[in-house]
Amino acid sequence: MTEKDQELNLRQRLSGLSRLPLLRGVRVNGESERLERQLERLQADTSDEAIWRSVELARHADRPYTMDYVERFIDDWVELHGDRGRADDGALVTGLGKLDGRTVALIGHQKGRDVKERLDRQFGMAYPEGYHKAMRVMEIAERFGFPVISLIDTPGAYPGVAAEQHGQGGAIARSQAEMARLTVPTVACIIGEGGSGGAVAIAVSDRVLMQEHAIYSVITPEGCAAILWRDAGEAKKAAAAFKPDALHCLELGVIDGIVAEPEGGAQNDHDEAARLLRTALVENLEELEDTPGEELRRRRRAKFRGMGVFA
Amino acid sequence: MSEARIDVQVEHKHAPPPAEKKHPNTCPKCGSHYRDDELAAALWVCSHCGHHFPMRARARIDWYTDPGSFMEEAADVRSEDPLDFFDLRPYAERLSEAELNTGLNEAALIGQATIDGHPVELSVMDFTFMGGSMGSAVGEKFSRACDSAIERGVPLISVTSSGGARMQEGILSLMQLPKTVCAVEDLHDAHIPMITVMAHPTTAGVLASFASLGDVTIAEPGALIAFTGPRVVQQTTREKLPDDFGLAEQNLRFGHIDAIVPRAEQRDHLTRLLRLFA
Repeated sequence: MTEKDQELNLRQRLSGLSRLPLLRGVRVNGESERLERQLERLQADTSDEAIWRSVELARHADRPYTMDYVERFIDDWVELHGDRGRADDGALVTGLGKLDGRTVALIGHQKGRDVKERLDRQFGMAYPEGYHKAMRVMEIAERFGFPVISLIDTPGAYPGVAAEQHGQGGAIARSQAEMARLTVPTVACIIGEGGSGGAVAIAVSDRVLMQEHAIYSVITPEGCAAILWRDAGEAKKAAAAFKPDALHCLELGVIDGIVAEPEGGAQNDHDEAARLLRTALVENLEELEDTPGEELRRRRRAKFRGMGVFA
Repeated sequence: MSEARIDVQVEHKHAPPPAEKKHPNTCPKCGSHYRDDELAAALWVCSHCGHHFPMRARARIDWYTDPGSFMEEAADVRSEDPLDFFDLRPYAERLSEAELNTGLNEAALIGQATIDGHPVELSVMDFTFMGGSMGSAVGEKFSRACDSAIERGVPLISVTSSGGARMQEGILSLMQLPKTVCAVEDLHDAHIPMITVMAHPTTAGVLASFASLGDVTIAEPGALIAFTGPRVVQQTTREKLPDDFGLAEQNLRFGHIDAIVPRAEQRDHLTRLLRLFA
C-alpha cells in the first residue's frame, strides 16, 4: 500500500468509528486513539501541504456541485423556486425528491459551471433571499415530516449592498434558528467550500459530514491572511494555521464523519463521488429515523451547545 | 510660517499619508475634545454633535443597573488556544495582552442585576477586548446567560459590540454561531424575553447569530450594523456605497431593528420594556 492509500484507509476507518454515537467527540476507545496517532504520524511532515491540497480540491472547477449529486441520486426531483417575498436566489437550490425511497427536502448551494451560470448564481454566494427560500422549504419539511438534507458549497454569503439592505446577518441567524427548531432528521454534508456564516446557516444538523477534501472555515484563507498577515498572498500560511480540512474539523468535534472521495478527489469521478455520498447520507438518515422528533431536537441543540474549547 | 522640507524618505514616497491619529477623547465627527471625567459624565456621548463614543462593558452595566445590584457570573470562563494559533504573534500572547489592557478576561461580561427594581440577566460585550470577537469563551458565557435567565425566569438583556467571530480559534469560533443560536432557541421555548441593544459595531458572526434573534432590538445612533462591513463590500463588489451604508439609521429604514435609542434614554427605554414583559 502506498502512503496515500494507507492514509485514505485510515481516514475511512476513523470516520467510521467516530460515526458511532458513543464515540462522537470523545475518545473513549483505544482503537480510535491508535488510529489517530497513526494518522498524525503519517501526516506529520505533510500536513500543511495536505491542508492546502484540500483547499485547492475543494475549489476545483470540475468538482461536482449540488445539482450533479441531485441528478445522480435524487429521484422524482422537483425544484422549488423563490422565497415568496422578493426573489429566487440561484446560489441556493431547494427542492423535494426521493432518496432511497423516502421523500426528502434538499437544500444546497450551487456554483455555476460556465461564466454565465457563475454570474447568475453569484458563484454560490447566497443573498438573504436564498436563506429565506431555504427556511420556507424547511417549514414544508417540518409540516410533512420529510428529512432535510443540506449540501454546502459556498465561499460565503454574498457581500453586497443589496444583500446588507435585505438583512444578510438576520437571515443567516434565523435560518440557523429554524434548523435548531426542526423535529425531523437533518443531515448536512460539506461538498466543497464551507465558507463561514453562509455555510453554517444551513448546517445546524443532527449529523454534519464533510467530504474528504472539503474545507470548513470561519473565513477564507485569503481573507484571514489579509487581516492577520496584512497580505492576501499568505493564504497558505493562514490555512495551515486555522486548519479548515476535514480531519481537523473531526478532531475538534465540529463534524460527525468524513465521506471518502474517489482517488485524487471528487472531480475525477462524479459517479463514484455520488455513490459514496449517497451511501453516507442514507446510512446517517437510517440511524436517525427511529428517534422521536423532540429527542432529535434536544440532542441536536446539546451537540452544538457543547462546541468550543475554553478554560 | 512653514519651512521648506526636503523629503528624504525614499521607500515611502508613494505610500498614502499615515492616518491622522486622533486622541481617543476627541470626537471623530466634530473634533470636540473632552477630559475623561467630562466624557464619563456625559455617558461617553459628544455633547456637541451627539456622537456615541465606545462605552466599556463595566461602565455600561453601572449605567443600566441599580447600584450594587450586579453580580457577575462565569467570571472564570476564559479562552484557550486549541489550534496553537500563530499569525504574526501567538494567539496566547494576544490574549494576555488584551487581559492586561482591558482588565477583563474575555470580550463579554455576564451576570444578574436589577434595573429599576426589575430582576434581569445581563450579557454585555466589550469591544476593547480583541475587537469584541466571539471565540469559545464568549459563546459559552452568552449561552450560560441564557440558561441563568431561564433558571431564574427573568428577561435577558444582551448588549452586542463585536467585529465578528475570533479567527484565531478557527472553525470553533464559527461554531459559536449555532451554539448561541441554540441557546436563544432554548430561551424562546421557555418564554423568556430577550432584549438586544446593538452598540457600535455589531457585525459579522455576532450579527449572524444571537444578536439578530432578540424579541426587541434597539440600536445606538450611528452604530455600524452589518454582516459585511463597508470596506469589504467596496473591495469585493466595487459597488458605490450609500452614505449611511450599514449604519443603525439604514437598518431602521430597512426594517432590521425596532428603534434607535440614544444612550442617555436607554435605561428608561429598557425599564419600559421590562414593565411590558413583566
